[in-house]
Amino acid sequence: MTALRFQPVLAVLAAAAALLFLLSLAIGPAGATPAVSLRALFGGGEELMVLVMQEIRLPRALLGLIVGATLGLSGAALQGYLRNPLAEPGLIGISASASFGAVIALYTGLSALFALALPLMALAGAMLSVFVLQAMAGSDGRPLTVILTGVAISSFAGAMTSLVLNLSPNPFAATEIMFWMLGSLTDRSMPHVWLVLPFTLVGWALLLRLGRALDALSLGPDAAASMGVDLGRVQRLAILGTALSVGAATAVTGAIGFVGLVVPHVLRPLVGAQPSRLLPASALGGAVLLQSADILVRVIAPDRDIKLGVVTAIVGAPFFFWLVWSHRRSGL
Amino acid sequence: MSALAVEDLTVSLAGRTVVDRVSLTVPRGCFAGLIGPNGAGKSTLLRACLGLVPAKGTIRLDGAGLQDLAAGHRALHLAYLPQERETAWAMSVEAVVALGRLPHHARFAAPSPRDRAAVEAALARMDLLAFRHRPVTGLSGGERARVLIARALAQETPVLLADEPLAGLDPQHQIALMRLFRDLAREGRIVIASMHDLTLAARWCDRLVILKDGRVHAEGAPQSVLTAPTLRDVYGVTAVIETAAGGLIVQPVDLAGEGEAG
Repeated sequence: MTALRFQPVLAVLAAAAALLFLLSLAIGPAGATPAVSLRALFGGGEELMVLVMQEIRLPRALLGLIVGATLGLSGAALQGYLRNPLAEPGLIGISASASFGAVIALYTGLSALFALALPLMALAGAMLSVFVLQAMAGSDGRPLTVILTGVAISSFAGAMTSLVLNLSPNPFAATEIMFWMLGSLTDRSMPHVWLVLPFTLVGWALLLRLGRALDALSLGPDAAASMGVDLGRVQRLAILGTALSVGAATAVTGAIGFVGLVVPHVLRPLVGAQPSRLLPASALGGAVLLQSADILVRVIAPDRDIKLGVVTAIVGAPFFFWLVWSHRRSGL
Repeated sequence: MSALAVEDLTVSLAGRTVVDRVSLTVPRGCFAGLIGPNGAGKSTLLRACLGLVPAKGTIRLDGAGLQDLAAGHRALHLAYLPQERETAWAMSVEAVVALGRLPHHARFAAPSPRDRAAVEAALARMDLLAFRHRPVTGLSGGERARVLIARALAQETPVLLADEPLAGLDPQHQIALMRLFRDLAREGRIVIASMHDLTLAARWCDRLVILKDGRVHAEGAPQSVLTAPTLRDVYGVTAVIETAAGGLIVQPVDLAGEGEAG
C-alpha cells in the first residue's frame, strides 16, 4: 500500500476527533437540541441543562478524548519500542496493576470515604508495576525481558484481583468491582478530568519524544544504538510514559482493551509504517475510536448502561480477526 | 595519523574474555577483512569499536578517542551494518535509507537539503531509485541488503563496520558488495567487514585480520596471511590455495588430521 501524505492524514483524524467530541457533547438522555446544548455548555439557558452539560457531558466527552488518545499513543509507542505488533498497554502489566489498585480501594471501602481514593490507588498500582518492570529489565533491558516481566505482572495483578473478588464480603461489593473493571466513561465528573490531565500530559510528552528512536529501532537495537540511540533512555521513556498516561486513564475509566492494539495497526499503512509518524496519528485515532464507541453505547442502548470496555472488545476483536486475515493474504 | 586504531582492546562478557588485548590499525583507504572461526570474537570486536559493549583499551580515529564521545556524536564517525537484516515495519525503501541521517539532524528538525542529497546519492549508488517507494518487507534478501547498505552510506561516515555482510547473498550480490566496499575504501574511507568466505576475502580485501580465541592470530596482506599452516591452526582445516584469474583461490577441503579427502 502506498503511504498517503502525512499532514492530510493527521488533519482528517484531528477533524474526526473534534467532530466526535462535539457529537459526544450533543448526545444524552436529556434530549436537548445541539444549539441548546452548546449554549448550556457555556452557562446559558436552563439551569438544569447547564448542569447536565457542564457536570455530566463535558467530563464524559473530555475523558473520551483524553483516554482514547492515551490508549492509541501508548499502543503505538509500545509496538515501536518492543518491535512487536502485539504490544499494547495491557501487555506490560500496567492496566492490570492499575486495576488491582482500584479494586483494593473498592474492597477496603476507601473509595467510599473520598472520591479520588480509587483513581489514586490505581495510579499507585501502575507506578508499582513500573518499579518492578525497571528492576527486572535492568537499565537497557531487551524487549523480551520487558514483555515477559509484563506478562508476569499482569498475571499476578490479575490473580490478586481475583483473590479480592473471592474474598469480597457480599455480592454487591463483588458486582461493583466487576462493573468497574469493565471500563466505562459513565458518571465521571470534572475532578476526574483534573486528576487524569496532569499525568496524561506528562506521559504524552514522554512518549512523543520517542519518535526518532523508534524509527531507528525499526532496524534493530544494535543498528539503533550505532546511530546514537540510547536504548536505556528509550526504555525509561516508554515505560514511564505509558504508566503515567495509561495508569491515570485506567484509574478513572477502568481497563479499556483493544484500542491500544487495534488503532496502531489500522493506521500504520496510512503513515508509511514509520513509527514516529504513527505516534500522533495513533493518538488521534485512539480518540476517534473511543469516542465513537462511547457514542455508540449511548445511542444503541441508552438505558442499559453497556460498558465501554465491553463494546471496544466486541467491536475490536472481530475487526482484529479481519486484520490478521487480510495481513495473511497480503503476505506481510 | 589517518586511521582507526584499536589498542589493547579487551571485552569480557559474563565473566568470559571474548576479545583479548586486540591491537590493530586500519588506515584510511583500506578495506580490511576480519576472519576467524565462529566464536573467535569478530562480532564482539566490531561491537566494541561502536561502543555497544563495554570494553577496556582505546579506540581512536585519526588520533581522537572515540570512547569519550557521546553515542550520537560517535555515529557521525562510525556506521554499522549489523548481521540482523530484519526491518520491523513495512517502511518504504526511501524512509529506511533516510534513517541513516538521524545522527545528523536535531530532534524534530526537518531534513535539510544536505540530508536529502545524501539519501539520493545512497539510493543511486545502490541502484535503488526504482525501488524507493516499495516497502522493504516485500523485497528479496539481496535487495534488502542493498537497502541497509544504502542506509549506512547515507550516514556519510568515514568508517564503515559490517558484520558478516556476505551472509545469505548469492555470488553476484557477494561480489558486487566486495567491489563496493573496496571502492568505498578507495574513496578514502575505512571499511572493516567480518566474513567467512576466504576466497572473496583474499581477492577483495587489502588486509586481513585473523582472530582466534579473541586474539589477533595473524594480520597482513591476504597472500601472507592465508597459508596452509595458518588455516590449519585457526580453522582446523586443510585447504587448496591456488593463484588463478588474477588472485588467490582459497577453498577449504577437509578437516585437518582426517587424512586426504577421497
